[in-house]
Amino acid sequence: MPQVLSVLALRKKFGDKFAVDGISFEVNHNEIVGLLGPNGAGKTTTINMILGVLEPTAGTIRIEGRDVASERAQALECTNFTAVYAPLPGNLTVYQNLRVFALIYDVKHSAARIQELLEQFDLVAYRDVKCGLLSSGEQTRAALAKAMLNRPRLLLLDEPTASLDPSKAREIRAQILELARRDGVGVLWTSHNMIEVQEVCDRVLFLSRGTILLEGDPKTLPREHGKSSLEDLFVSVAREPLTLEAG
Amino acid sequence: MRWNPIRAILLRQFYLMRGSPARLFPLIMWVAVDILLWGFITKFLETVAAPGFNFVSTLLGAVLLWDFFGRVMLGVTTAFFEDVWSRNFLNIFATPLSIAEYVAGLVLTSVITSLIALVVMIVLASAAFGLSFFAYGAMLAPFLLVLFLTGIALGIFGAGIVLRLGPAAEWLIWPIPALISPFVGVFYPLATLPGWMQTIAYALAPSYVFEGVRAIVAGQTYPATHLLWATGLSALYIVLAIGFFVRVYRRAVRTGLLARYSAETVS
Repeated sequence: MPQVLSVLALRKKFGDKFAVDGISFEVNHNEIVGLLGPNGAGKTTTINMILGVLEPTAGTIRIEGRDVASERAQALECTNFTAVYAPLPGNLTVYQNLRVFALIYDVKHSAARIQELLEQFDLVAYRDVKCGLLSSGEQTRAALAKAMLNRPRLLLLDEPTASLDPSKAREIRAQILELARRDGVGVLWTSHNMIEVQEVCDRVLFLSRGTILLEGDPKTLPREHGKSSLEDLFVSVAREPLTLEAG
Repeated sequence: MRWNPIRAILLRQFYLMRGSPARLFPLIMWVAVDILLWGFITKFLETVAAPGFNFVSTLLGAVLLWDFFGRVMLGVTTAFFEDVWSRNFLNIFATPLSIAEYVAGLVLTSVITSLIALVVMIVLASAAFGLSFFAYGAMLAPFLLVLFLTGIALGIFGAGIVLRLGPAAEWLIWPIPALISPFVGVFYPLATLPGWMQTIAYALAPSYVFEGVRAIVAGQTYPATHLLWATGLSALYIVLAIGFFVRVYRRAVRTGLLARYSAETVS
């Protein structure tokens, strides 16, 4: 079985600057990979290229063996995402948004699937509420329900818990983990919350200035680099990437 | 092209209209106001002008056809603007939806909204002012076809402009029908125009429709070849507009504009 996501020698150049500079990595089925790095490291650029809304300057992206450049529709049929900067349209209700996206993803038996997700993400009471009127936590749950509509094999989560209080964030993390483990989904997860990353990710990739600086198990990686916590390691990557590269 | 994703674009517009009567207002009220205004102007003109000239079929009919053209164009652009206003590009385009399916959804939305506007205008113009479309005979079908195709083409072109230049460029799109109207002779024969304007007018498909309307109301025959030429021109506009939109979309994907559109960084 192919890896759910395979990224090879991916580059993106804006003007004369590389936002992403030759990164390669994979995400396997039933694996949660953290994509970490300071602001401007190239995380969102990478996610946008995987989602087909940004054309790479070089390199290939394959989702379930399908090339995003040449088989875009087939590759994206088994992919979905949530991002804090891409909320569901606030002028449609939760149900209406889910119905529209169910049609876009050509979801079979969509009425039953939507009902199932409304229940799963505790959204039944908000079914007919416009998304713009929901709290941050409710919006996040609605966006996650959208992300699960097509039973994706690859899930891209760009800071999925960024706007949630610790209690809600824990709840959402547990739900995502359960779904990912149950359905064998491959997840690429970006977050600035290192405790969260340590809790959910099987593997992390540290991006800095468009390149992968470090890769490994989030529980052991800090010690391997002489740091007491993942957060310390993150700070080092952000402040002194060259020191780490040399080490 | 798959039907369900096209339906999704249409359904989104339906939900928006159902949820907000303000969106239905321009669809029905502005065209109704236009018909009332021009209906009374034609009535007044008939009282002061020499008998024999049919102002209702000439002027009011032309206004109705012109408003139909405007509604077709705005039907496409407004549906597109809804995605601009709600910053929905990332959600929409990071899916299996193809650009052809997206544009087809916008066009289908326009077909339905412009048909609603057309029915409202016809009912009002015939009930209140006695306008009969039967006066145009079999030519009515090609008249509507040419205006529909040109409106669709301009709508797709306008959407491409906004995608290329950013959300603020929508202000360039709204007045496009008004900018074209002096050239296409909605209210006067093309012969009235100075030479350079006539040259432009003959490159614009709707010009042939309004020349045709006047000829038929005056009891003359209007060569079918002119309308065939106009249909060809409007089909060419569609091809060019789709080509333009696809080119702009691909550029937006290459430069990152499409991804940034959602992040409110486009100025």
